[in-house]
Amino acid sequence: MIKIKNLTKKFDQFKAVSDLNFEVSEGEVLGFLGPNGAGKSTTMKLITGFLSPSAGTVEIDGYDIIEDPIKAKALTGYLPEGAPCYEDMSVLEFLSFIAEIRGFRNEDAVARVQNVLDLVDLQTVCQQSIDTLSKGFKRRVGLAQAIIHDPKVLILDEPTDGLDPNQKHHVRELIKNLAKDKIVIISTHILEEVTAVCSRAIIINSGEIVADGTPNELEARSKYHHAVVVSFSESYNPQSDLSELSELVVVEENGNASFTILSSNKSPIFNRISEIAQIKNWPISEMHVNRGQLEDVFRVVTSQMREGD
Amino acid sequence: MNNLSIIFRRELLSYFATPLAYIFIVIFLITNGVFTFDLGGFYLRGQADLLPFFSFHPWLYLFMVPAIAMALWADERKTGTIELLLTLPIKLSEAVLGKFLAAWVLIGIALVLTFPIWITVNYLGDPDNGIIFAAYLGSWFMAGGFLAIGSCMSACTKNAVIAFILTVSLCFTFVIMGSPILLNIFPEWVPQYLVDAFSTLGFLPHFDSISKGVLDIRDFLYFTIFITAWLLASAVVIEIKKAN
Repeated sequence: MIKIKNLTKKFDQFKAVSDLNFEVSEGEVLGFLGPNGAGKSTTMKLITGFLSPSAGTVEIDGYDIIEDPIKAKALTGYLPEGAPCYEDMSVLEFLSFIAEIRGFRNEDAVARVQNVLDLVDLQTVCQQSIDTLSKGFKRRVGLAQAIIHDPKVLILDEPTDGLDPNQKHHVRELIKNLAKDKIVIISTHILEEVTAVCSRAIIINSGEIVADGTPNELEARSKYHHAVVVSFSESYNPQSDLSELSELVVVEENGNASFTILSSNKSPIFNRISEIAQIKNWPISEMHVNRGQLEDVFRVVTSQMREGD
Repeated sequence: MNNLSIIFRRELLSYFATPLAYIFIVIFLITNGVFTFDLGGFYLRGQADLLPFFSFHPWLYLFMVPAIAMALWADERKTGTIELLLTLPIKLSEAVLGKFLAAWVLIGIALVLTFPIWITVNYLGDPDNGIIFAAYLGSWFMAGGFLAIGSCMSACTKNAVIAFILTVSLCFTFVIMGSPILLNIFPEWVPQYLVDAFSTLGFLPHFDSISKGVLDIRDFLYFTIFITAWLLASAVVIEIKKAN
């Protein structure tokens, strides 16, 4: 259980993180979203104890990160932004160093290193020095050092940044497998990642929480929630057919004879649209319901704040 | 094995994983030779001691030690590994001390490898080996003083070159502290005991007495306190500067 209370970090006059309050419990994968400079990385540095807060507390499993830093840090695995490693060491040397610092000795340490090498698929390059590795491999080394001690809390700052689609998929699968009885916090600005791996998402902007919920809940806040997308096989304008529903729907043209019919109050409208479509005999090639777009919610909640400033 | 020795081993291993350690040792030995035999007139003096060898050490360290020290923390911050290191379950003091000791031992290794000159002087004459041993120890402690300044300067900046220049300047100040160049800047009205106190803060009076065989515990104490103070300062600077 991570408890974050009134967490604030000021750099001179600039408030990077301002009065954050949230809790994360076991089994949750929390996606930490926000535009660049919103305070994602600063928050992670505060949770891992790299920076000390200007005000507020971070508690990891009952240990305060400032009062009991060693115990709190021992429970945590952390992949900093950009996955920094000691590049002049080989993968094996580096991971052995981390295993020893994490308190494993001799055969124990060797077993841990071998286990994690298998887990992130690094066996083939384990003798190579880290500075000769590709970006994807380096990221995996960073991930390996974070999970080597099977931590209760896993904090990953942009774990898939700069990876190719296959590597991204691999890392996400890995996180999903690891997540079962752990607390995982992932920062990202890739929204598809949130729907792919997270059970909960927090959007922050200018250091404040602007949205908090499951990916589904957040999607439901989109104006596209329950919207119906219709594509026609020939050019056709459904506007006039929908005049009787004009109170309820707004029609947006997407081009290529495709239209999005938005539900004004976000209630389900698919049945009524499909009735009309049958009566009016629309030349439909495709029709589906939109669950809502996270991207849209993200833009709305992060731009509102700026206008409010 | 505790955290301190794990960090120490990693750092030392890192020096020898790159050409850095070897280049440092080779240059150290060559420069030492040039200083001792050419400039120091080792043979011409006709005396069986290593005074010309040791008397150049402050000047040799002035450039060699900052070269080792400049990367201590500046590189950690530049590559971001400081974030990795300081979020591991270790104390900051263990990191500061571990890194310092690794670099200090590297200098120690270079110093030990000058042993042929000790063999030479024993072959040619009958020196007082006790004095030589004390001088070696004193030289190593003085190198520690240079290195501790370097550790702190390296923590001040992400740029290793700036750290190098800062360290050289500060070390230079401590080397010449007892000399007339610096003492002359004191105006007449400053009491003599203050000027004396100031001049004893420099490296040379302490190193000179050790290398002449005067084993005074206070001289070693001076270097020990000096190193401790600068390492504490390093820790404070790291704590303040790590955010940027």
